[in-house]
Amino acid sequence: MSFLNKVLAIVGKDVVAELRTKEMFSSMLVFALLVIVIFSFSFELRVENVAQVAPGILWVTFVFASTLELNRSLAMEMENGCLDGLFLAPMDRSAIYFGKMLGNLIFISAIEALMLPIFSVLFDLNLILPSLLLTIFLGTIGFAAVGTLLSAIAVNTRAREVMLPVLLFPIILPVVISATKVTGGILDGVPLADWAHWLRFLVAFDIIFLAVSYMTFDFVVQG
Amino acid sequence: MIQVQGLVKSFGHTYALRDVDLEVTQGQFLTIVGPNGAGKTTLLRILATLLKPTSGLVRIDGLDVASRSAEIRRRIGFVSHQSLTYSKLTVEENLVFYGRIYDVPAVKERVDTLLTLVGLEARRHDAARTLSRGMQQRLSIARAMIHQPSLLLLDEPYTGLDQQAAEMLRQLLQTITAESCTVVMTTHNLQRALELCHTVAILAKGRIVHEAENTSLTLDDFQQAYWHYVGDRWPR
Repeated sequence: MSFLNKVLAIVGKDVVAELRTKEMFSSMLVFALLVIVIFSFSFELRVENVAQVAPGILWVTFVFASTLELNRSLAMEMENGCLDGLFLAPMDRSAIYFGKMLGNLIFISAIEALMLPIFSVLFDLNLILPSLLLTIFLGTIGFAAVGTLLSAIAVNTRAREVMLPVLLFPIILPVVISATKVTGGILDGVPLADWAHWLRFLVAFDIIFLAVSYMTFDFVVQG
Repeated sequence: MIQVQGLVKSFGHTYALRDVDLEVTQGQFLTIVGPNGAGKTTLLRILATLLKPTSGLVRIDGLDVASRSAEIRRRIGFVSHQSLTYSKLTVEENLVFYGRIYDVPAVKERVDTLLTLVGLEARRHDAARTLSRGMQQRLSIARAMIHQPSLLLLDEPYTGLDQQAAEMLRQLLQTITAESCTVVMTTHNLQRALELCHTVAILAKGRIVHEAENTSLTLDDFQQAYWHYVGDRWPR
């Protein structure tokens, strides 16, 4: 219970700080919107069936926008040395990891929730489907899990804004591919049996990424 | 309370601390003085469990800092160069947050007590970023005291403070030390060093080169000792 309280304290602190300024939320929103609009107009000119490329565009948008949040997540802890403040607390450092990861998950999910209706309109697709929402949630867990860990590595480097995508994109490729395949299956109305293995992949990668991040976070951040 | 024997800390080929021995008893106020780069911050960060020693023994309340760090963290409060507070959160929110991650019971009451102690009750709803440097330092001390630590580590707390803020901080530290809290403070201000401490030590080039009781020590005597060990006459 104490562990959970500490995780929730970290999440709550991040949410309050963001709600106060909305700096990152508005940046992510505008960025995601721009990506969707640019893709929408560029594919409209060349691709006959936009629905075929929609899953890819959707996930590229989410991944790009999420990178902004992941970059900021640990960077805000560097201001005034707050990361030291967290490390000084008598708690397992995995509480810091889960707190930051859940915060990232909340912010990214909020942006995705706002983007889906806009995406639906621009691409003339119904994306508000329970199975698709579950897939998006699973995919988001995957890159929030590994992205939080990698942002802890990148935050101590001089070129952290560049370093995070360089580290993150190759590693989250399995999550993006699985999520895109499942999304395509759902939007095309293909029977579950044909894409269920991609869904299993997605769940498996989520579990692996969460477990590995949990086990290595202390090692990554220790001085 | 604190037992340090043969402490060595190196960063690659650079040695920050070399064979440091130190003993601090319960309720003692130790001030460590030394020039920039002497290793003061490194020593405090090791005591605070933020850095691991390269070799040597460091114990706080008999607990080894390398293997029992979580238990030690319950007993220490650390005031760093930086405030370790969130600029977007209010003064009160910062303290409540730290109270929660330290499992402080009745955290609201504790926050009220601390805000009164450090004189920030009137600013409790203001964002931490709006505070002056002196106020931020007092908030930082309140943060470090939130869990009632038995050992307070202060890393150059007077840095960047004007005379008035420094005097307020001195009075605050006097109140805190009266509560039999053990304090280790670093500074390079020799006058400030002697104000409250029981013992003063000089750290130079990673070594404790001089240690003295502050019973009959005058500022002149201490300045002479300091320049003897730290100044140009000190062998390079």
